[in-house]
Amino acid sequence: MRRTALDMVHELARRDSRVVYVGSDPAPGTLAAMQAEMPGRVMIEGIAEQHVVGMAAGLAMEGLVPYVNTIATFLTRRCYEQNVLDLGLHRTPVRLIANGGGLVYAPLGPTHTAIEDIAIMRAIPGMAVLCPSDAEEMRRLMPLTLDWPGPIYIRLGKGGDPVVSQPDDAPAIGRALVRRPPGVATIISTGIMTAHALAAAERLGQQGIDCGVIHLPGVAPMDDAAIEAASRHSRLLVTLDEHIASGGLGSAVLESLNRTRPLSPCPVLRRALPDDFVHLHGSQNELLSHFGLDAPALAEAIARALAELAGD
Amino acid sequence: MTRPIPASPPLDARSLHLRALAMRGLLAADRGHVGSTLSLIEILRVLYDRIMRHDPAHPEWPDRDRFILSKGHGCLALYAILADHGYFPPADLDTFCRKDSPFGGHPPCHGIPGVEAATGALGHGLSLGIGRARALKLAGSTSRVFVVCGDGEINEGAIWEGAMSAGRTGLDNLWVLIDYNKVQSYGPTAEVLDLEPLADKWASFGFTVDEVDGHDCAALEQVLSRPPNIGRPSALICHTVKGRGLAEAEADPTAWHHKSRLGEAREVIEAAFAAAPPQGAP
Repeated sequence: MRRTALDMVHELARRDSRVVYVGSDPAPGTLAAMQAEMPGRVMIEGIAEQHVVGMAAGLAMEGLVPYVNTIATFLTRRCYEQNVLDLGLHRTPVRLIANGGGLVYAPLGPTHTAIEDIAIMRAIPGMAVLCPSDAEEMRRLMPLTLDWPGPIYIRLGKGGDPVVSQPDDAPAIGRALVRRPPGVATIISTGIMTAHALAAAERLGQQGIDCGVIHLPGVAPMDDAAIEAASRHSRLLVTLDEHIASGGLGSAVLESLNRTRPLSPCPVLRRALPDDFVHLHGSQNELLSHFGLDAPALAEAIARALAELAGD
Repeated sequence: MTRPIPASPPLDARSLHLRALAMRGLLAADRGHVGSTLSLIEILRVLYDRIMRHDPAHPEWPDRDRFILSKGHGCLALYAILADHGYFPPADLDTFCRKDSPFGGHPPCHGIPGVEAATGALGHGLSLGIGRARALKLAGSTSRVFVVCGDGEINEGAIWEGAMSAGRTGLDNLWVLIDYNKVQSYGPTAEVLDLEPLADKWASFGFTVDEVDGHDCAALEQVLSRPPNIGRPSALICHTVKGRGLAEAEADPTAWHHKSRLGEAREVIEAAFAAAPPQGAP
């Protein structure tokens, strides 16, 4: 996904002279071809995230569209005030490409797991938060970022994530994509969790339980109409977060439902990481299983919740 | 080492006028940063009167020089010089800190012609200025970027991240001016977090460094008029006096750093600048 995102930066830069890349301390050779082709438009600034984001805001104030890229935790936590003020308050069109959203860097420990990034970034007024499901969706979303009027945070998966987006998708910032039509239960997911949602829905289908999947290519702005429609159609909404429960997609969905249907009778089952640091290591998938976020655990939890509802 | 700078010349009529204008906002709102505003006046006066390319009738003129007041709490001085140059009517200063006024206690990002950036959280302005300077160079523009930082402000690590970048990239269209009044909120900068050797620090980051009496308009103009050293950004350490022009504030600068209610200070300020002559831009 990261490779695709950077390839797209290069492609967009060819198309649009406003595009520049700002990196902190990326892998050797990052965007070397772009640097050779358009000198001065690849800026490597060192491990100085406060300066990197502030400088990107200054570039944007002069009409450029900077794409800033580094590890998600450092792009959100270290320079949060720059994100809030230099990007959010000024509404500068800076795009933050965040490597390793969620549990991708779990082997490296809690300093590197970005499990509260959605919460803190969507708390910034005017900040769009995108979480593509796979590299192909990333490819379709990136051109939309060129002319989006405010700042954007883009949460990347690990790379090599299963492709669940469709070639005829026409994603739009702030619009949900229906992956499986709403059923008795409907899962709402974002990022790479949509692949797990689809696998869980498939399992439930084999048990005769009709489960829909709504994929959100981004958490902010929220597609209130899609959430409301699902709540009217389904007996149960389920939210999936590769993120702590506080402030993640589940919170965003509850807030959305509260805006459109404050008295909605549709219950929302939230599946997320505990509100704690992750002290475990291991792979992203190992930890998703550990925290009950893989397809078998999800299918079981949803079936159990539906049975409880039926017994009420 | 930072050089000792000789005593400032007496304030002339224009400097008194600009101080009275800045204090007009403070008196109207019954609050504001006193000392940090008064130390800035001559720096802004020389920049806007003599150095920067700007056009009050066209605040967004692409060929203008850019100005960022990184020490946003000195905004009354900025509002005063902008009003004096006709960016907006001086009477707007009477709305300082009012509910519906854009003239807040720190510069806002919208609503005031001539204000280039919202500042107030310290340590942001230099990197904003570096981004603008980089973009101007990419566009082949000859416009320059002037960033004014406070001395307490440069305690912030982000300033030094920016300084490393500006030096490395040789931004000779960038000027950083330090309002070195040597007093921050808690007390003397030398005691809170000593900045010395300040000139050596900026030089070691790749800047051409000058020092000047920040209340001596002729000296400021002389330094700021020199052509840039090609491939090097410029730092100008302006030795100033916190509260300059208000004897009580000069004598007790920590007490006059910020007033959230003027009380007896009102009469002191009114008396100090009552006789200031009305004088527009030269």
